[in-house]
Amino acid sequence: MATDVPAVKLIGWYGSPYVHRAEVALRLKGVPYEFIRDDPINKSELLLQHNPIHKKVPVLLHGDRTICESLVILEYVDETFDGPPLLPVDPYERAMARFWAHFIDQKFARPFWMSFWMCEDDEHKEAFVKEAKGNLAILEEQLKGRRFFGGDAVGFLDVAACGLAHWLGVIEEVSGVTLVNGDEFPAFCKWAKAYVNDDTVKQSLPDRDELLAFFSGNKEIYMALARATLHK
Amino acid sequence: MAGSNDLKLLGMWASPFVLRVKLALSLKGLSYEYVEEDLRTKSELLLKSNPVHKKVPVLIHNGKPVCESSVILQYIDEAFAGTGPSLLPVDPYERAMARFWAAYIDDKMMAAWNQASKAKTEEEKAEAMKQSFATVETLEGALRDCGKGKPFFGGEDVGYVDVVLGGLLGWIRANDELQGVKPFDPERTPLLAAWAERFWSLEAVEPQMPDVSKLVEFGKMLQARQAAAGEGN
Repeated sequence: MATDVPAVKLIGWYGSPYVHRAEVALRLKGVPYEFIRDDPINKSELLLQHNPIHKKVPVLLHGDRTICESLVILEYVDETFDGPPLLPVDPYERAMARFWAHFIDQKFARPFWMSFWMCEDDEHKEAFVKEAKGNLAILEEQLKGRRFFGGDAVGFLDVAACGLAHWLGVIEEVSGVTLVNGDEFPAFCKWAKAYVNDDTVKQSLPDRDELLAFFSGNKEIYMALARATLHK
Repeated sequence: MAGSNDLKLLGMWASPFVLRVKLALSLKGLSYEYVEEDLRTKSELLLKSNPVHKKVPVLIHNGKPVCESSVILQYIDEAFAGTGPSLLPVDPYERAMARFWAAYIDDKMMAAWNQASKAKTEEEKAEAMKQSFATVETLEGALRDCGKGKPFFGGEDVGYVDVVLGGLLGWIRANDELQGVKPFDPERTPLLAAWAERFWSLEAVEPQMPDVSKLVEFGKMLQARQAAAGEGN
């Protein structure tokens, strides 16, 4: 083992599934790291210096290298460190994993978020719920016959979809909106349970009760944001 | 070499995302069958190959479809690793930087341009243009700092980010006439302006680039259609 192994540090905010993506990737690869907890309301000089463009977390510091954007970090961790591969080996399977991760972050994210936080009586809410459920059905199809998106073990796409496994239930409880049920989405529900119970994943999942309190506390903010971004 | 490497690209002549894939295939020296789609009556093949988004480009390799331009580019690079130059660098950190900037172009720069094109009032337009220009300046900074005086984002040779940005060049030139805006103004972003000329004139690139006057005509038609429809989205 080299004596001069560059230190790995991860800057993150409490409760962020994007930060969890980076943490779980490091743990799956067995990479020791220091977690630097930042505050989104009071962003540190360290964060602003290392991510001046987006000013967001996660930010991975590896020696003198800085890597931003959670999916970029996942691929960097996969390519840099030894340990089980996060992305499949076959180029076509890799393309599929990247496609679905992209789907989750782009097409899937907005209607999903808006379904929860739009007011009950807002005329747009129903349309968002319909779209969110349509997207969930698409993911359900992808999971048929598989324990994880990656196959037998947690992989890149499972990590990318982590918000749906752990945060989803919390957000449903806080918002009072239920999108997922075992009848409509059985494979999805099984996957979510398998993901949050994985031994490595567990270590970097925020405690559910704490997360619940955190989201409850921010409910008004999320609802205001949803109203404000309706026509964007 | 039919059969073992059967490549088909479903595209549309004016799409910058399709152009990215054409550029990548050209740079790698890969031959393929091109299928022009009419996006108002999408083919069965397109709908079957991209049921989620129903969009082009779709690259079909030996019958298996790959969708989303950035995913396709990386797929081409990996599936045809032994053919032609690599789009992505070898070093994981440089690869991360390339992916970061490609994502920036799509998520921030293009989003800002789209906002600008949707702006209704003069005030909205001015603000959107300001945001747009800020993203271009950031990209100029990337070329300056990461590029370190090299001719391309990829270094001495064209790479992934060059192709991702290069796909947009047709519309960038067309918008000069359509909106009276030079996104890569030689006075404000000299590195990007020089990069654009250099990239466009590459042997593997120039024949693939669209006819800008046709893009302008197409753009005018889209504008008229949008105006006729009343409110934009």
